[in-house]
Amino acid sequence: MVVADVLTEQHAYVTFTVLLCIGLYMLIANDHLVKKIIGLNLFQTAIFLFFVASAYVDGGSVPIIPKKPPAGEVYVSPLPHVIVLTAIVVGVALTAVGLALCIRIYTEYGTLRVDVLREVMRDEGTLPGDEPDEVPTVEDGGESA
Amino acid sequence: MTDVLLPLMIVAPILAATLALLLGLRYDRAGWPVAAGTTTVLVGMAAALARAVYPQIGGEGGRVIHELGGWERPYGIELVADELSAALVVLITLVSLATLVFARVAGPRGNAFYAGYLLLTGGVLGVALTGDMFNMFVFLEITGLTTYALVASDRAGASAYAALKYLMVGTVGASLYLIGVGYVFLATGSLNMIDLRSAIAEVGYTDPLIQAGFAFVVAGFALKIALFPMHTWQPDAYQRAPDAVTTYISALVSTAAAYALLRVTYTVFTVEFLARNDAITTGVMIAAGISIVAGSALAAMQTDLKRTFAYSSVAQFGMIAAAAMIANETALLGAIVHLLGHGLMKFGLFLAVGMLGLGYGVETIDDLASLARRAPYTTGAMTVLGLALVGVPPSIGMLGKWYIALGAVESGAAGDPAGLAVAGVIFVSTLLTLAYVGRIVEQLYFAGVDETGHDEGVHAADGGVAEGDRVAEDERAADDSVGLARPTEGAPEVPIPGVPDRVPPASLAVLVGATLVAVGLGFAGFLAFELFEPFIQEVFAYAGR
Repeated sequence: MVVADVLTEQHAYVTFTVLLCIGLYMLIANDHLVKKIIGLNLFQTAIFLFFVASAYVDGGSVPIIPKKPPAGEVYVSPLPHVIVLTAIVVGVALTAVGLALCIRIYTEYGTLRVDVLREVMRDEGTLPGDEPDEVPTVEDGGESA
Repeated sequence: MTDVLLPLMIVAPILAATLALLLGLRYDRAGWPVAAGTTTVLVGMAAALARAVYPQIGGEGGRVIHELGGWERPYGIELVADELSAALVVLITLVSLATLVFARVAGPRGNAFYAGYLLLTGGVLGVALTGDMFNMFVFLEITGLTTYALVASDRAGASAYAALKYLMVGTVGASLYLIGVGYVFLATGSLNMIDLRSAIAEVGYTDPLIQAGFAFVVAGFALKIALFPMHTWQPDAYQRAPDAVTTYISALVSTAAAYALLRVTYTVFTVEFLARNDAITTGVMIAAGISIVAGSALAAMQTDLKRTFAYSSVAQFGMIAAAAMIANETALLGAIVHLLGHGLMKFGLFLAVGMLGLGYGVETIDDLASLARRAPYTTGAMTVLGLALVGVPPSIGMLGKWYIALGAVESGAAGDPAGLAVAGVIFVSTLLTLAYVGRIVEQLYFAGVDETGHDEGVHAADGGVAEGDRVAEDERAADDSVGLARPTEGAPEVPIPGVPDRVPPASLAVLVGATLVAVGLGFAGFLAFELFEPFIQEVFAYAGR
């Protein structure tokens, strides 16, 4: 069975795909801004997993070399780990900016739900792209693409 | 020695950003001087770098390389400046300095703004100069993060919402790029661009990992440069950001992403990859083609000035992406020229919109009615830049479009129907661009006011106003009739006799300068060919091997 093989031997990559899809789905379909950001985090975490999994070497140990390395020892590749460390820092900074913007939006409009927010903004006349010529679904779907 | 310039150009603005904040603890207005000083130094550095890269202006020519920390390729991270990135660096530094002139009067004031501004400058310079795939991701994210913060620096709540939307789309874009880098890394084990070029050739251009990597990278950049179905963040962000920020990001942020697309496509994946994977290039070309038409059509439908020009950017970047996929020498030259020219033209247009907003409270196209009488120089520059955007010669806009269209026709003649389609799409888009620029020009010069003070734009549309009418209208304008846009309270005044515009004088000088350059560069077709010839030659020479 090919499917069973993939699930058992490539489970890290399967998890990566599943997490990626869940994160993207949350980002698009959830109405709550903070939950959208959580979805974004999940999406990024999936990529971290992908990089760490790609570094795996069969039987390899942690890529920290002791003073007297035992001969013939195999290490996992350190480069993807370094990349993930950097990417985590970027992700944290993004989350911080996103949450700060959420606070601004909440103090301004008193809600974090997109549907309510759009209504408030429509009343206020500041809804982005509220010109009659625009198809509203395009505005919504922008994040999905 | 010149190779030290590369890390300095990235580090200096980032360090200066912290300096602006630190000095801000003690001095309230430290931000602007720090930012102005830093960008002035950066312009000097960019000039020195350009001198080293281009043999035409006295240098030795060839690329300048700096290995960070002395680690050699492929282990370390390289900073590289070649003909393409040096041109972008010059554009970035000049636009940064010029935007500061406007930001001084238009705001947003405060040291935090200037700190973010300097970080953004460092970020886009990093994108232009890096020679490492992962490093490019980091700089793209620095650019992105500061852009989100700057878009939100307007006080209105709507700008925070626009910024958050931009944050989500932009992050997904950068993450997709990162996945693409991951796939390529998995296939080759390298991250250095020059190194990857040969590594990818070894693995094979039709290897599924490489193909998937390219697809993810292009999808990520498509989000960042706002190709059609993924473009919706751009009008919101441009419209809601403060004027000075719109001026800056419209000129540079998407430009940096489009530069990254050209760089990754040509330096890393090479022309050979594009030739071998016809399905991918055709797919991207179709998306770009839809972008070109849809962006222009949406722009023609807008009433808000900033949104009009934002949608126009969608079309122009579609053109650049299409040219990148056509992959012949003429089209690539066109893509480079149009990339730089579009940055310059959008800088000028958004600067003019911001200045008119500052002086006359203008936001929509209807607000422009007869403004040419009140602000002849600002609106004149805006008209010239608008016509340059259409592609009226002589202008940089015409030059870029011409080369792209010519490249598309060449590719069509070589038997690729997609090339001919792109040429046709550019033609349609030019007509649509003329439609919305024409509407703006018509409002500026021909829409008058009647006795009751109502707009008469509709009346003026059928063939313009008779000469006698215009004189009469001028008289009415003189006694401050009701319908004309009036300067807002406290608007800065140009203290030059004979200049009636109520706009900041220094910004007016910058705007006129940008307009003259945009027109003057229209004559520089051969110069552009000469400057970028080595880069294009190298890209295509590699394909031949």
